[in-house]
Amino acid sequence: MSRAEVTAPPPPANERETVIEVRDLRVTFQGRVGLIEGLRGKKGTQSRAVDGVSFRLRRGEVVALAGESGCGKTTTARAIMGLQPVDGGEILFEGDPLPRDLKPYRRKVQMVFQDPTGTLNPRQTIYEIIAEGLRIHGIDRGPNGEPEEQLVAKALSRAGLRPPDRFFLRYPHELSGGQRQRVVIAGALVLEPEVIVADEPVSNLDASVRGEILQLMMKLREDLGLTIIIVTHDLGLAWTVADRVAIMYLGRIVEIGPAEDVLLRPEHPYTKALLDVVPEAGGLERPILTGEPPDPTRIPEGCRFHPRCPVVESGRAAELGIEARCRTEDLALREMEPAHEAACYEAFLRRDGAAPD
Amino acid sequence: MKLDEAPVEVEPTEVRTGRQIRWARRRVAFARFWAQYRRSPFGMVGLVILIFFIGVAISSIFIDPSSLSKTAVTEESIAPCTFATLPCPPNANNPLGTDADGRSVLTLVIEGSRVSLIVGFTASVITMVIGALVGILAGYLGRTSDTLLMRTTDFFLVIPWLPLAIVLAAILGQNIFVLIAIIGFTSWPGTARLVRAQTLSVKEHSYVERSRALGATNSQVVSRHILPNVMPVIFANTILTVAIAILAESALSFLGLGDPRRVTWGTMIDAAFDAGAISIGAWWWLLAPSLSIVLVVLAFTLCGYALDEIINPRIRER
Amino acid sequence: MSVLEVRDLRVTYRTQGGGIPAVRGVSFDVDTGQVLGLAGESGCGKSTIAGAVLRLLPASTKIEGEVLLEGENVLEMKPGRLRAVRWTGASIVFQGAMHALNPVKRIGDQIAEAITVHQQAGEKEARVRVGSLLEQVGLPTRRMQDYPHELSGGQKQRVMIAMALACSPSLVIADEPTTALDVMVQAQVLRLMKELQSELGLSMIFITHDLSVLVETSDRLAIMYAGKIIEEGPAETVFRSPQHPYTEALSAAFPEIGDQRFRGAPMGLGGDPPDPADVPSGCSFHPRCPKAFEDCSVTEPQLYPAGEGRRAACLLVPAAKTTTGVGT
Repeated sequence: MSRAEVTAPPPPANERETVIEVRDLRVTFQGRVGLIEGLRGKKGTQSRAVDGVSFRLRRGEVVALAGESGCGKTTTARAIMGLQPVDGGEILFEGDPLPRDLKPYRRKVQMVFQDPTGTLNPRQTIYEIIAEGLRIHGIDRGPNGEPEEQLVAKALSRAGLRPPDRFFLRYPHELSGGQRQRVVIAGALVLEPEVIVADEPVSNLDASVRGEILQLMMKLREDLGLTIIIVTHDLGLAWTVADRVAIMYLGRIVEIGPAEDVLLRPEHPYTKALLDVVPEAGGLERPILTGEPPDPTRIPEGCRFHPRCPVVESGRAAELGIEARCRTEDLALREMEPAHEAACYEAFLRRDGAAPD
Repeated sequence: MKLDEAPVEVEPTEVRTGRQIRWARRRVAFARFWAQYRRSPFGMVGLVILIFFIGVAISSIFIDPSSLSKTAVTEESIAPCTFATLPCPPNANNPLGTDADGRSVLTLVIEGSRVSLIVGFTASVITMVIGALVGILAGYLGRTSDTLLMRTTDFFLVIPWLPLAIVLAAILGQNIFVLIAIIGFTSWPGTARLVRAQTLSVKEHSYVERSRALGATNSQVVSRHILPNVMPVIFANTILTVAIAILAESALSFLGLGDPRRVTWGTMIDAAFDAGAISIGAWWWLLAPSLSIVLVVLAFTLCGYALDEIINPRIRER
Repeated sequence: MSVLEVRDLRVTYRTQGGGIPAVRGVSFDVDTGQVLGLAGESGCGKSTIAGAVLRLLPASTKIEGEVLLEGENVLEMKPGRLRAVRWTGASIVFQGAMHALNPVKRIGDQIAEAITVHQQAGEKEARVRVGSLLEQVGLPTRRMQDYPHELSGGQKQRVMIAMALACSPSLVIADEPTTALDVMVQAQVLRLMKELQSELGLSMIFITHDLSVLVETSDRLAIMYAGKIIEEGPAETVFRSPQHPYTEALSAAFPEIGDQRFRGAPMGLGGDPPDPADVPSGCSFHPRCPKAFEDCSVTEPQLYPAGEGRRAACLLVPAAKTTTGVGT
């Protein structure tokens, strides 16, 4: 079993430059109405998939965007990639808003998709799949005059597929799942991006293969200075590879901070609940949240988590006198400890020393 | 890491250029396709018949056009029949007999093959081009473009082509080009709907999104991903469209809307009917062109059937 | 007493290219009231075993060995007896169960169908039973009237569980029942299954690739690789101190949060799970094994005793030396 070398810790977060900044991002999906109803003025149900998300991505760091399905993490990632039209807020790359023509932007920010099989055109050879990026951007020579074949070979090697020319004429269906995902990664690397947005990069792969792909991503971060956002539902994965973790719920970030802080000393009850249900030996006696995953078409008033919140349910919120605010007043992230923010009234009280831990 | 143990066997590692790879890929893809096609008995029979008739059509170039006119008929050419006993049944001199004017049916059939096939191919090319264009645009662009294009398609779909043909022939005159235009412009809706459906399904695949994520413009996505994946469907559909076009031309010619100056299988049948071939028992005059049409249409249908078999399991394969 | 005894099960799928051995000699027992966790990745044969127990595999498949369900050999049952046993003796919660519901029938009808098809009850009694089943799985009875699309993923899974319990089987085989669900819903469904299992005294085979889930739910654990069981034993001990390198690797894929060994260091195996059509020689795991040595590619290990109630198929297990004479 191979193990990546434990890397030297990157410089503290706030000292590095911001590569991508997301400010108050909003994405709303409009439900459809029939023709007649539409003429009568009825609007379709609105699904506020991303409802005010702000964070910064600093150069060289790995940030995990974590949460259950429907929390808006994938939509946020796709918005950053420019694949999702945005209804509010801004996305800034190196300080400037995204231009209308995203083509140059795409050379800097690339995506790794969830399903390696679907993402590769079964009719194209591996060579063509990788070369596609170069051809789309009209790059026929590398910076030192290398021909296209060399650039493709270099990308394949970097992604761990060696010797690269053995893969040139292969088709995706001839490769295994892990190899296909490496091809997807190579396809992104060939453009020499600065940022990689990875949407559940290993969840469709066999368990024993995941570690290698994650190792590859970490190595690329180290060797190429990449900045990586990983969208995942797996907190174990976040523990393994992320520098910082952002927990999302119903379109908002409810907690964000360094991985150790968020995962070992969570402030928000939702984070605590997620961590509690990660299966491990010890049985299922832990508290499990009731109810179904949240519905972005009916976002609760006040703190959007309050209907399922154990603090409210157990009466502790009432004891602390915050229940009314939880039910009626929406709230924003506030700093708990340096670089660690959460959006929870109980956590605020704790920070202010007004409530026991 | 033992990644070099790919699950397929080794290929020699030589430096290849991008263009070499592209051609190598095409050769391999064609070889694979051919191997599959060969296994289909229907497909092979259809292909043989098709090649035969294409050969016949090509050989029509060698026919001396003057030999087709009624003035070229001489007593020798119609021996052992006489002018009084025309049309002449098949014999050693005229293997397929003659028509009422003494022209060799064999020569007529060969000449007719060229025109019939050309009309068929050309009309179906028009169908394919318009149908594919409309289908891909409608499927890919979606929303209002889709609605507009599809309603236009519906409009053309319900036009009854026969009355249209009669009207147009009356207005524009009876010639090959009008025929081709009529057939082409009334057949494309079927292709368009098929192509649109296929485009919609291809559009959903993640590799289309990946292409956009890489920075592809719409036209790049269409040419790199949509078109290649829609082509097989277009191709299989075109094969069948040719058959339909040939039938359509024959029907129109039979009804008297064809180009009277040209020999096509349809005009032959028309002439035979007009001359009362059935009542005088000149079966050869009717049989030759009819059988040719049947065989050619059958051939295309068989090929289309074999192609369908190849296309569908392909999708199910992985 | 064993509800299920599987002896040297071998399953070979027949294809154009020849036979593909999906299961290559698997033996295990499931005692009454016990939960056996069957873990492994794609191609290891675990889902095939689920199908084999009730003979739900394609007709052309070759199945050898013995599958004794409450003493009777399923593989030798006549069709009539087999039909009677299916669902009443043992039932399955399928993988992708959420898609196994008929979208145009109400779920109450679908559950009732399971009951009436087995002539367990008439229409009216079936309805009553459906109501009580829905309650057992934590759904309000009135949802009997709903169509599948009106239910969420977790709710549909509960319906599948209710269906599996409809004829009061002694054994329930759950094939990846929570794989497609969110972690929270997964925890709810797992807790439900555990409760039902202990309430009704069910025996269960829980099949999944997620080892951490199995540790929570199973009494015993059997790890499969390339069509064979390569380690088995009490769930907690197998997870905590694996004897087989593959088990170690598999559990490393589900790291515990807080375990500093994993921080910044994802652990994985090279290569891929083997294609059942092309299994490596000797120990099928040797190409990927970090501890492999020469004999591994030559000698195929058996399941050697490796502790209290535990066995492992690895030449590095101490007991292997005495049996085969190889090993360090």
